[in-house]
Amino acid sequence: MMDISTDDQTGKITKVIMKNDTVIEVKDLVKKFGDRTVLNGVNLEVKRGETFVIMGGSGCGKSTLLRHMIGNIKPNSGRVSLLGEDITDLYGSDLDTVRKKIGMSFQSSALFDSMTVFENVSLPLREHTKLESSVIDIMVKMKLELVGLRGFERLMPSELSGGMKKRVGLARAIAMDPEIIFYDEPTAGLDPIVASIIDKLIIDLSKKLSITSVVVTHDMKSVMAIADRVAMLYEGKVLQVGTVEEIKGSKSEMVQQFINGDYDGPIRFFQQKDDYLEKLMQ
Amino acid sequence: MENPVASIGKVVINLARHTSSILVLFFNTIQWIVIGPFKGKTASRQSIFQQMVFAGVQSVIIVFFISFFTGIVIAMQSAYQLKQLGAIIYVAPMVSVSMARELGPVFTALVVAGRVGSAITAELGTMKVSEQIESLETLAIDPVRFLVVPRFLALLVMVPCLTIISDIVGVLGGLIVGVFSLKINMYRYFAFSFDLLAWKDIWTGLVKSGVFGVVIAMISCYVGLDTRGGAEGVGKATTVSVVSSFILIILFDCLLTGLFFFSNM
Repeated sequence: MMDISTDDQTGKITKVIMKNDTVIEVKDLVKKFGDRTVLNGVNLEVKRGETFVIMGGSGCGKSTLLRHMIGNIKPNSGRVSLLGEDITDLYGSDLDTVRKKIGMSFQSSALFDSMTVFENVSLPLREHTKLESSVIDIMVKMKLELVGLRGFERLMPSELSGGMKKRVGLARAIAMDPEIIFYDEPTAGLDPIVASIIDKLIIDLSKKLSITSVVVTHDMKSVMAIADRVAMLYEGKVLQVGTVEEIKGSKSEMVQQFINGDYDGPIRFFQQKDDYLEKLMQ
Repeated sequence: MENPVASIGKVVINLARHTSSILVLFFNTIQWIVIGPFKGKTASRQSIFQQMVFAGVQSVIIVFFISFFTGIVIAMQSAYQLKQLGAIIYVAPMVSVSMARELGPVFTALVVAGRVGSAITAELGTMKVSEQIESLETLAIDPVRFLVVPRFLALLVMVPCLTIISDIVGVLGGLIVGVFSLKINMYRYFAFSFDLLAWKDIWTGLVKSGVFGVVIAMISCYVGLDTRGGAEGVGKATTVSVVSSFILIILFDCLLTGLFFFSNM
């Protein structure tokens, strides 16, 4: 089964989601840090070609879930499959084989600050391919063109703005033509205009390169702009999964509180007076 | 207050955990150096060269000054004693042997631990807290091959090289005192310096300095990669790295000197 999106004006196919082709599968995932349970039985499936957004409040376990999906953190129990491979118990070169097929855009951009923009983007190509340097040069320029930063090759990360760093990080993430890109808070800390530019970039990359995207964010404007499907995470569990329309029309008070950004509601960001007093007296 | 036995137990457990982790990192590094080339995965030559310049070439000036003044001090201190025995000419071998066997390797290692080891820990620590290490892993690039191997090789080669410079400069420092203050003939001073200096004195010193290079590389890289908690964490890690390196350099100096002494090497 396929879900095909077309351009309203030209009629061209802009996006194809393979509904039968699951590229990421998370089953009964539990992760504890000490006594604290961060993920408490998470189940998710991401389909090829879709932009899947994981949203939820700060500290709800979104980034931890993302790190499980790329094998950087191992769960206490549960399984994670990535591109048909069970990566739960994979380490070293076995895990690297799968990782070469994915890209990751970090919240802090995570550019190597001792390297230029060119060196940052070309690093995976130099490490994993035997391409001539002239070919790598062209490929890096193409990737930088895609993120609108051609001509900035020689700059150091310290000379770039926050939005530019994110875009260089994105160019590096797509350097090896990955099948899936993971974004950790792509618009966090950016002004609304730059955030919109990043959102448009995520949509464009998804369409132009037919890449599956997994985005972790709490930016509702971004969610509405980019998502094909959304999962709402709360206290280590998935509250609801659905399309943007389904999430908007959700009957869950928690989902509605989060979407509307209401101060008051079932999601408690502050401790109640009695709890607080009780804890003070302990 | 915590039970003192429990506190000691915690310290011992932590020490054992860190020691085993450093040994794992060491064997992982050796594995990349030995097996890496057969898999077509080696550390970049450019990176090794850069680290050698930073650890070695840029440390020459400070090693030069420290060794030069150390040579002068040993010459003056030994002259004070040897004058009373009428054996002032023995100032020359006193300086050369103590520089080659002990002070050259140890002082050079301490300088490198302070200058290079701290910088390595701060750099890797900052990379760790700013997600750059995780980013490397996600790009399927092993941080040990990419970051640790070049630093390990650079220190393994450059610390003995700096030690040779330190030995020579130390002898020159002693020579200044011998010739200008103690009025020993320069040629005689040189002849005495090298007559009583055995090959064993030189190679045991260089073996020590190679071991010190490995100690500095392992401690600084391990502590850097183990950094947690932002800027404060990086500061703490750098302190831990330098202090641990200093203690371990002296500990290994003691062990190796004992080994050479009791095995009559």
